Amino acid sequence: MGGFLDALGDIFSSPTMYGSAVRLGAFLAFAALGEVVAEKAGTINISVEGSLLGGAFAGTLGYHYSGSAPVGLLAGMAGGLLVACVQANMSHRLTADQFVVGLTANVLVLGLAGFLNGMIEPMAKRAPIVEVPGLSDIPLLGPALFGQTWPTYLLYGLIPLTWYLLYRTRWGLEVRAVGESPQAADVSGIDVNKRRRQAIYYGGILCGIGGAFLVLGQVGSFDPGAVGGRGFIAIAAVYFGAWRLGGVLLGCFLFGLADAFRLALPVLGHELNAQLLASLPYLLTLLVMYAITKQFRQPAALSKPFVRGLR
Amino acid sequence: MTQTPRAAVDGPGRPGRWRSAAETALPYVLSVGVALFLSAGLVAVTGNSWLRVFGALLDGAFLEPGRWGETLIVATPLLLVALGMVVGVKAGLFNIGQEGQLLVGAMAMAWVGTRLHGPGPLLLLLGLALGMAAGGGYAGIAAVMRYRRGVPEVISTLLLVFLAYQLNGFAIQTRWLLRDLGATGPSRSVATAALPESVRLPFVRLFGNEFHVGLLVALVLAVLMAWALGRTVWGFRLRLLGHSTFVARSTGVSAARSGSLALCLSGGLAGLAGAVMLAGGASGYRVGTSFAQNYGWQGLLVALLARTNPIAAIPMAVVFASLRTGSGFLAATGVDRKIVEVVQALLVLALLIPPAVQFLRRRRRAVAAAREEV
Repeated sequence: MGGFLDALGDIFSSPTMYGSAVRLGAFLAFAALGEVVAEKAGTINISVEGSLLGGAFAGTLGYHYSGSAPVGLLAGMAGGLLVACVQANMSHRLTADQFVVGLTANVLVLGLAGFLNGMIEPMAKRAPIVEVPGLSDIPLLGPALFGQTWPTYLLYGLIPLTWYLLYRTRWGLEVRAVGESPQAADVSGIDVNKRRRQAIYYGGILCGIGGAFLVLGQVGSFDPGAVGGRGFIAIAAVYFGAWRLGGVLLGCFLFGLADAFRLALPVLGHELNAQLLASLPYLLTLLVMYAITKQFRQPAALSKPFVRGLR
Repeated sequence: MTQTPRAAVDGPGRPGRWRSAAETALPYVLSVGVALFLSAGLVAVTGNSWLRVFGALLDGAFLEPGRWGETLIVATPLLLVALGMVVGVKAGLFNIGQEGQLLVGAMAMAWVGTRLHGPGPLLLLLGLALGMAAGGGYAGIAAVMRYRRGVPEVISTLLLVFLAYQLNGFAIQTRWLLRDLGATGPSRSVATAALPESVRLPFVRLFGNEFHVGLLVALVLAVLMAWALGRTVWGFRLRLLGHSTFVARSTGVSAARSGSLALCLSGGLAGLAGAVMLAGGASGYRVGTSFAQNYGWQGLLVALLARTNPIAAIPMAVVFASLRTGSGFLAATGVDRKIVEVVQALLVLALLIPPAVQFLRRRRRAVAAAREEV
């Protein structure tokens, strides 16, 4: 136990720890922000995992062929969007089951990215670190939040954008209506499945940015196992935060912190159970879901397909 | 809402029936054709001949000596997982945690096989039973969360998969759990000890091919499942629950009880699949960190492709198994074996489209017919 407390002390006083927590959490946050919008519209979008990987691979390709990180970022967005298109059109234009489509899309992207990666072997490079003058001088949190590679800062723009879209625009209102009561939304003239598809597209683009951020802003190279189930942690974060942006972001940061903690342990020379730390996000989310689902209602039509005239 | 009778749409008599049969078959042929065409195109892009790739897959799956036995061995856990998926879906439950339940089942089998002492056959049976119980219990967590607190089982079973990976990683490193006590060195050994000879599944030799009796168990279970779902009160209740919780409740079916049972059975079959895999020689009779090898995910897809029909799941499991075993022979052609994953996923997507299109078309006709009546 003493060892554990020592480790805690060492780690929470190390600024690199917060930096890596923000990096790992930011990756989750890109995906989770998109997932919130998709779930508000009534889809549990399992294909975030595939969107992230598609974004990461497309981003790598974009960088490989153009040598420019912004182009890579745009390519990543396109890659994420492409996966989202499959998910959205299969589940909300046709009426295939959204989970089946999502799982299959994940398998497809994993296979395709692995296959093409072995064939093309694209190269990527990490974007340079840009320190925001002034803000990065704040002790401890400053360098963590404002001493990152530039793609990280996109997140700080996307958070208010997502909030604004969801809660201050007509589109957002319709998206939320479609997730709460599709029948009522339909009667008032909203194209339910179109809004749901658009919500998934938005999520796909954000995942694409997240994937490109992973390659160009964090790791610096592509590996088919790079996402490795973290798309599902992003979904867990949405449940952890009970579909509220603040809570979801907090979840992402906490899960990022747990991950950073796990990665930092061996470096600082502490022996602690890595499995326990790696399972923390899942364990926490399960516990939180068990504790709060009764109080925080999920979108009422979550995961229920809509076909006019059928209930 | 009323479903329009088919006759009213197609016109009475034989021609209508033929037309509707063709209408059903054609989209399947088309979409599978497109999926295969895309896969072949992907191979062609790499500068290889798809014919050679297809030949290699066929060799690896069936033609080379001993290969079809191997394919059947691979098909066994896929079929068991698929049967579990079928039970869940029939009850309206979407258990996607088979990968984890399978792993937990294998861990239980490993524990019985390497830590308990007794007559071999008895231990084997105990291990299989405990594996099934472990998988069922693991899915039971999701059942409790769903029926006590309303947590959707899709999310909880999914999260439990990743928890199972860590649980397994922990168990195989821990002396009082599953760690190989014979292995020397600190935490280098990342697998359990191999199952002793006496606790392994007996093999059947046929025309130079070998497969274990687990296959027969799975086949019997598939037939049993088809019968139980279609012909028993239990199966009827389950399907009722799957169609409408409301109707089920008003006819006296307890959603919590029937649903929990279905979810546990679903996980139990995945657990059994894991135990059978281990006792049938998967990864050298040892449970390592990557023991599950996507069998859970793929078994799930098998069930969905078979449109949750237990009997149809048998050939589907063989198809998926042959892609797996065939992919081992791809190295000679210079094509990455990952192409097989792409083909599998494309096939699944392709087979999802026709029923969805058909459903929409029927809806449109029904709406049109209803309009005419008005």
